[in-house]
Amino acid sequence: MALTRREFIKWLSAGAGVSALGGCATMEEGGVAGRVVVIGGGFGGATAAKYIRLWAPDVAVTLVERNTQFVSCPMSNLVLGGNTRIEDLTVSYDGLRKRGVRVVRDDAVGVDPEKRQVRLASGTTLQYDRLIVAPGIDFLSDAIPGLKSAAAQNRVLHAWKAGPQTVALRKQLEAMHDGGVFVFHIPMAPYRCPPGPYERVCQVADYFKRAKPKSKIIVLDSNPDITSKKGLFLQSWNGPYKGMIDYRPNSELQDVDVRGMAVKLTFDSVKGDVLNVVPPHRAGDIARKTGLITANERWCGIDWLTCESTAVKGIHVLGDATLSAPAMPKSGSMANQHGKICAGAVVALLKGQPVFQNPAIMNACYSMVDGRNAMHVTSIHKYDPAQKTLVPVKGAGGVSGKASELEGTYAWGWAKNIWADALG
Amino acid sequence: MKPGLQFILLRLVLFLCGTVALPASAQDPAARSLAATCFTCHGTDGRSAGGVPPSLAGQDKNYLLQTMKDFRAGKRPATIMHQQAKGYTDQELEVIAGYFASVKTGPGATAPAAPASRY
Repeated sequence: MALTRREFIKWLSAGAGVSALGGCATMEEGGVAGRVVVIGGGFGGATAAKYIRLWAPDVAVTLVERNTQFVSCPMSNLVLGGNTRIEDLTVSYDGLRKRGVRVVRDDAVGVDPEKRQVRLASGTTLQYDRLIVAPGIDFLSDAIPGLKSAAAQNRVLHAWKAGPQTVALRKQLEAMHDGGVFVFHIPMAPYRCPPGPYERVCQVADYFKRAKPKSKIIVLDSNPDITSKKGLFLQSWNGPYKGMIDYRPNSELQDVDVRGMAVKLTFDSVKGDVLNVVPPHRAGDIARKTGLITANERWCGIDWLTCESTAVKGIHVLGDATLSAPAMPKSGSMANQHGKICAGAVVALLKGQPVFQNPAIMNACYSMVDGRNAMHVTSIHKYDPAQKTLVPVKGAGGVSGKASELEGTYAWGWAKNIWADALG
Repeated sequence: MKPGLQFILLRLVLFLCGTVALPASAQDPAARSLAATCFTCHGTDGRSAGGVPPSLAGQDKNYLLQTMKDFRAGKRPATIMHQQAKGYTDQELEVIAGYFASVKTGPGATAPAAPASRY
């Protein structure tokens, strides 16, 4: 078959061209095999959007994200320690745009599962064949009466979503006098990033040791003990940070006295110069509005073969918002892996192909105990058809022997790779 | 237009768009799904963006397989790989090694620069 120039151009603009040119940014509308809308551009949502385009260039993907840029929670404790800058953890959505993902800066305010439509704050409506909801967490702030007002929330920060709060908490720590007290409250598990609170304690201790050596840290943990990498964190707390950290388990929070700068426990009130209170979490607002929450009024139950909601057909949920499978942490690493299970399943479902029945996922989380040394926790999880969920592989996974500079290098390598894997 | 030109143009278009056809195993959903567990740390399709952990794309299949088996047996020093290698069966490792061997090497996706002093 011979083609004239005109015929070739016609061919390019027709269906044959669309599938052959699927990787081109100019073909971002695509849409031959279906339309997917992703709500939330964190580790889970961004990964799902990218991998659907990678594995099925003929599927149109729209990502709705309220922030202009991605800011990584992993490594954000280092901003508090003065060991990195927020700019170093900030990634553009341009990588996804180059892959043909249509990135819409907006807020998803409603979903109509019958009409298969997402309503945006701007008034726009998006039509989908499959919807992926990856909203991360929102806080149960109502549980803390003293933190209801915006003014109170600006004074006593959580800094548990990386971004302006992280920078603001760093400024509070910088403004604190030498000899001051930093009071940090940890919610009851499950919460986002199990080792994160204890890494935060290390980072603040690292900063105090360097800049404010008379200062103290009081850790009010709702949990009965350190919930992750306990032995490893204690090596630091009883080693380089000895005498700086007052760890108090079973410290369930009742309220916060913002005026008096005190955290109120059941029988006690703990005053500080800087208070950092992380309220308990639930799945993000849009999951609740859409009726996706199935467990304890907090988390979204899903089928782990597809990440499809057990409550609403045609909608998939990823990341921290999900009701975690046994021994599965709420982590960026896990959300990134959920994104790939989901992307594979969504592509198969849109094309009428079988869904892969034996998925495996891997978790790897590094904690930096200062500016250079890190330690890890890792696990492998596989789908068990009998239990219909992902379960950890016995005998696999584990933690570091001790924090090391070598693992500090790997921690940054991990960060660069997971950012590129989700957003590049 | 000559018949050959159409083919050349098609190749050119495919080349420019970076969608050069993948080998069979890279398109197999089972292989892709298993190998994807490695992408988080080793980069998309095993093309590392950070230098460490290393790229796996385009490596020799037998070398990858033997390395994983050595990690699992504790014969090769590791910080984390000895713990992860234990999570996969011989058959799964074979599939994963085959996947990465079939992926072309190439520049990884770009990531924001972390401070150079950290490497």
